[in-house]
Order: sequence, then C-alpha cells, then structure tokens
Amino acid sequence: MGTRERADKGRDQRVVTDDLVARLVDGDKRALTRILSFVENGYPEGRQAMKALFARTGRAHIVGITGPTGCGKSTLIAVLAREYRSRGRTVGIVAVDPTSPFSRGAVLGDRIRMQELTSDPGVFIRSMATRGALGGLAPATNDVVTILDAAHKDVILVETVGAGQDEVDVADTAHTAIVISLPGAGDEVQAIKAGILEIADILVVNKADQPRADMTARQLAAFLTLGRDEGWEVPVLKTVALKGQGVAELADAIDRHRAFLETSGRLEEARRHRARRQLLALAREELLARTLASAEADGQVERLVEAIAKREVDPHTAAERLIEGAG
Amino acid sequence: MAEERKIKVIIAKPGLDGHDRGAKVVARALRDGGMEVVYTGIRQTPEMIAETALQEDADMVGLSILSGAHLELFPRIVDELKKRGMDDVVLFGGGIIPQEDMPRLEKLGFKGIFGPGSSTLDIVEWVRENAPTRGATSGS
Repeated sequence: MGTRERADKGRDQRVVTDDLVARLVDGDKRALTRILSFVENGYPEGRQAMKALFARTGRAHIVGITGPTGCGKSTLIAVLAREYRSRGRTVGIVAVDPTSPFSRGAVLGDRIRMQELTSDPGVFIRSMATRGALGGLAPATNDVVTILDAAHKDVILVETVGAGQDEVDVADTAHTAIVISLPGAGDEVQAIKAGILEIADILVVNKADQPRADMTARQLAAFLTLGRDEGWEVPVLKTVALKGQGVAELADAIDRHRAFLETSGRLEEARRHRARRQLLALAREELLARTLASAEADGQVERLVEAIAKREVDPHTAAERLIEGAG
Repeated sequence: MAEERKIKVIIAKPGLDGHDRGAKVVARALRDGGMEVVYTGIRQTPEMIAETALQEDADMVGLSILSGAHLELFPRIVDELKKRGMDDVVLFGGGIIPQEDMPRLEKLGFKGIFGPGSSTLDIVEWVRENAPTRGATSGS
C-alpha cells in the first residue's frame, strides 16, 4: 500500500467512523454495535470512535459484579436490571465469559438468564470473551463500558467471569464493586485471605433461602469489622435472585454508595486514578507497538529470539538491544 | 491492543420445543473451532433472536429447530433481522427439516441446513468457510 492509498484509507475510515458516531449519539443501535465490535477487535476505527465520544462519557454509574461460578451473577444482574428499569433508568450490561486457552474459542452463555431483557429497548446487553486476559474481564471491557456510557446508559452492570480469588480487575473498572458469596462457602480463613473480598463495596450472599446463609453473612460481616476503614461501611446483603428477593435493597445500597463516592470526594479520586492508569497503559501500548513494528519488520525480533534460544545472549540484554535498536 | 478478529456466531432455538442438546453440541463444537458463540437458550421469539444478533453484532446466526415450525419461524426471523439493518448476517440451520423445504429456506438466505447425523466437524468447516469477510470499514 502506497502512502497516498494509506492516506485515502485513513480518510475513508474517518468518514465511516464520523457517520457511525453521529448515529450512535442519535440512539442508533446498529451504529452502537458496530462501534463496539471495532473497539473489541482493536480496529483503528474503534480508537477514532473512542476519541470522538470521550466528551460524552463520565455520566453512567458503573457497577461490577463478581463471584464464583454458579453463584447467580447473571440471574442477579437480570433482576437488578429490571429493578433499575422500574426506577426509570436505562441499563447497559457487559457480560464476560472465558476464552478457551486451547481453541481460543468461547461459549458466551450469560444471556440465557437475561432473556426477558432482550425485548426491552431500555436495556442493551453485550457478551465478551476474555481473549486471554486473566483478571476476570476482557481486554476491551473498559472501552466497551465507555462506549455504552456515551450511548446514554444510566447504569452499566459489568459481570466478570466466574471468579476465584484473584480476579480483581473489576474494582478498577467499576465505581461500585459487588462480590457475591454463597451460603456455606468457605470458612473464616477464606474470609481473611487477600483478594476478591477486599475489593467489595457491597457484599451479597445470594441463594439466601438456603440454610447457613445467616451464618455466612455473619462471618463476612465479622471479617469486615476488621478491615479497612475508609468512611464506607461495606453492607452485607442477602438476596434470592431467582425470586427477586433483596434486589430493591441492593439497588438502594448501590445508590447510597454512589452518594458516598460523590460527597467524600472518592469519585474524583477514582477518576484521577483511572486517568493515570489509562494514560500510562495506552502510552505503554503505543510505545511497544512502535518499537516492535520496526524491529519485527527488519527481522531483529527473530534474530534475538534465535540468539536467546541458543543461549548466546540472555533475555535481559536482548530486550535492551531491541529497544536501543528501535530508538 | 492487537487486532483480533473472531467469528461471532449466535446459536438460538426458536419456537417452543425444548430439546437443546443438538444446539449445545454445535455451540461447543464451534467453540472448539475457535469461534465466539453466543448461546441464547430455548424458546426464543424471532424478535429476541434478531435483537440478540444486533446487540452482539453477530457475523452468523445458526437456528436449531425440531418442532417442524421452521417455515413459519425462519421467515419471521429474516424479517426481524432486516428491520434491524442486519441483512448481512449469514444464516444456517439444523434440526428436523425435510428435504423438500430446503429450496424455500435457501431462497430465504439459509445457505447451510444440517439435518440429523450431520458431523460437527462439517458444521465447523462450513461456518468457517462461509463467515463473512467483514472488514472494519464495511458492513455498517
């Protein structure tokens, strides 16, 4: 492709993107879904759309929902979304399921529990596969959330993959992180280990019509009294998502947390924290891409790989050479 | 982030029959073939299937039906997809579908129909070969 052609292609992309962005702002769902795909697949059009839409973001309240496989995340999200709809708010849902490390394929099945929401024009659901990311979300989840924010969703619910102990990325994405536990799951030692419980702004014991729900809730509450004191007392709520029990209380607790974030200055703090992280991550990505583009083109990467494999050079020195060569 | 283009397929069960083993086996096989498969579950209306395809920006929609209502439901699904600007989605189907209905379904745009005894490998191969080569700048 010559320089002229490339410039033409760049112009074409911008025209297409401008049109889609305008349609998205007007509420066109086809434009929204196309832009989400651009972003998810890492196309340049996705980046252009993100730039164009940034000024329209920052309005939605983002709620992350995590917990072990089978704890009822999807079901709880479905009833929570209905609760928000009855309160007159629009809802975006981003549901993440794992990518197979072997085939790189995925079955995304979270919509099964959200079927009733499909026909509600005030709800938009997007499924994503983790595509190799390990923190419980997909690489483009933050960008997809940002686009849904620009598309006038009042509340965005982000469902992580079935999480074990360490899938804590959702704490960075969400304003309010909800961690779901099951009755009788784990003992007090589980509760004091580092990891997922620590990110909770709200703890939920789902399937609370089962025995031992009270005991689990008490154990979690006891663990919390030992924990961080930041002016927000993490509530422990009991829900039965299948019957819709406790869901209004959960929505109230999320609103209370939002109010706390605003009055305490935490929202601003989080915004700055996220801005720093985003800036550095994007700069890092861009620098890496530029470095590797030239080094891959002239075969330097392969030469260094060979040299390391033959143990002629150590990986640290090779990486230094790679960067110096690119500069 | 590097560009990563995946074939995104919706597997849906329209109508009232609740037999979804075949649909699940196909979903699993497509996963093993490296595709991202959204499985909707049973008892989907044509509106729900088309709306799901739209929200997920699916490349392809595969319908599994054993109730015999395919000539009733498939055209309505095609209409609902068109209504939502999703005319470029590649359609295929499976289940109990008599040979004599094939021409009508083909005319509707169903390029692949897989009856009982179809091998999942054949289905995966067909899906891979018929996936639209939708670039970023086309298909809006």
